[in-house]
Amino acid sequence: MRSSTLHPASGSRRRLYRQVRKGASTFLSHLLLSATAALFTTPFLWLIVTSLKPLDQVFTDPPRWIPDPIMWQNYVESLTSPAFPFLNLLRNTLFYAVLSTLGVLLSSAIVAYAFARLEFQGRDVLFLITLSTMMLPGVVTLIPTYILFRKFGWVGTYAPLIVPYYLGSPFNIFLLRQFMMTIPWDLTDAAHVDGANDWVILFRILIPLIKPALLVIGVFHFMWAWNDFMGPLIYLDNVKEYPLVMGLYAFQTRFGIQWNLMMAASLAVTFPLILLFFVAQRYFIEGIALTGLKGI
Amino acid sequence: MLKSLSRSEDLQANARSRFYLSKRARDNLKGYLFVSPWILSLLVFTAYPMIASFYFAMTRYSILNPPQWIGLENFVVMFTKDPLYWRSVWNTTYYTLLSVPLGILAGLALAMLLNQRIGGIGIYRTLYYLPGLVPAVASTLLWMVLLDPRLGLVNAVLRWFGLRPVGWLRSAAWSKPALILMSLWGGSGGTMLIFLAALKEVPQSLLEAAMIDGANAWQRFWHVTLALITPTIFFNLIMGIIGSFQVFASAFVAGSGEGGPLNSLLVYMLHLYRYAFRYFNMGYASAMAMAMFVVLVLLTLVLIRSSGYWVYYETARRR
Repeated sequence: MRSSTLHPASGSRRRLYRQVRKGASTFLSHLLLSATAALFTTPFLWLIVTSLKPLDQVFTDPPRWIPDPIMWQNYVESLTSPAFPFLNLLRNTLFYAVLSTLGVLLSSAIVAYAFARLEFQGRDVLFLITLSTMMLPGVVTLIPTYILFRKFGWVGTYAPLIVPYYLGSPFNIFLLRQFMMTIPWDLTDAAHVDGANDWVILFRILIPLIKPALLVIGVFHFMWAWNDFMGPLIYLDNVKEYPLVMGLYAFQTRFGIQWNLMMAASLAVTFPLILLFFVAQRYFIEGIALTGLKGI
Repeated sequence: MLKSLSRSEDLQANARSRFYLSKRARDNLKGYLFVSPWILSLLVFTAYPMIASFYFAMTRYSILNPPQWIGLENFVVMFTKDPLYWRSVWNTTYYTLLSVPLGILAGLALAMLLNQRIGGIGIYRTLYYLPGLVPAVASTLLWMVLLDPRLGLVNAVLRWFGLRPVGWLRSAAWSKPALILMSLWGGSGGTMLIFLAALKEVPQSLLEAAMIDGANAWQRFWHVTLALITPTIFFNLIMGIIGSFQVFASAFVAGSGEGGPLNSLLVYMLHLYRYAFRYFNMGYASAMAMAMFVVLVLLTLVLIRSSGYWVYYETARRR
């Protein structure tokens, strides 16, 4: 390089050097990125591969990557097994996940509206209390809440998994309030002048404008409900009422050695979430970035 | 009635009749009406359970009979006569001490990897996040296959590298590392997305200024990037600790609800769950919940105190 400053072609050579360097660094980046991707996807790949194996190929030395034959019927067998009644489990999960998601959206939007747009005594104190409950670990309220639901006669029903969400949830109230604060007052003032009341302003003006935020919250809550294990474990006692994750656990405790069927069932429980993720991906990633909420 | 009232002045309204509410009272009423579901929730599902937890912790309570006041006995039993209590404390501490810092490191490393201007980043981002979508029960079952002591894929890889295979979920020494491995696989993607958002907020101008001042890549990372994202690290630290203190589903499934080999998977929440919902000893379980709550509050306060020394806040700069 020292002599290159004297050389007539030094400029182009330096450019070439820079290009090679940049190419090499891009290549290295991709190498690192894909090695890491392999690390994260291999377990997932193994889930798929194992779900398609005959039982005697699940544990082999050396590990076997291509099942022979490919057992598509594993899915039929596991999803129609009386020990894992997939459609029934799916219906149960959808029932309480959808209902609680609707509740959380509706109630949080209404409460958030009060915090964002209405003036009343004690609002700011109440908002501070709301923020502080976000940090409250669930374990503190777990037992008295259970006893309360038992007194209501709700143990053994879906009510404990649905009803509380119709009264709002702190994190979602906080988020929706932040979003509503970004909507210009002029917009709602104009409606006020035209005689619109608060319900009209909330449901006709604000909610359509914060749809992306509602979508994010809805998807997160739905996934959380889908994955929730402790709630159903504590509150549901009848196998017929079990949601998917509980059904999966029960399936494993009874047929624990048939790992190929177990993996097929696990993938079936995961697949709808992956589908949902890809449909809502753009909102999803923005949502996590925005809220600092990991979803699960 | 309200409509016609809203068009008139407060004073006039007051003067006209004492049955009309002042504008202030009406505003209050409307506000309380809108927040009433949440106030109800705060009272029924937060305030009451918190107070009741403190009370139940001082009682013998099996649900079937009314609670019976026994003072601090639950705590005495817990701290001095229940060896499994301290086992569960240790298991949870071990899990937290490793899974939280490692989770933050992994999330940050992944975010740094993704924070480059090259093609295909979106695909990598999706691939890193994908494990986070697998429900805890399903991912635990998957890892039970992967971590099989004899013929699991992970041990096959260890052997391939010339390392000694270990017993993972079947061994008392390795079951917690196995649990941590599972949490890293499932949790790093979410942490990564939070860090990625923080990294995007680091102003390019500051990095360029540091470069002009002769800072090398490491110095730019340490003194500019890392310093600016300390609030995000702090957030992930607090949330990570609260979450890992309450780890449950993975330990429950991996140990079939029994605590695993030599109770090495008996995490705090599992011990609490057993007392509450298997033995219906609600007093003792409440005492356990209270002990965890107090420790979490103290820990959070200490961390908030410490944050003055290492967390950078935008507003502090103006001082």
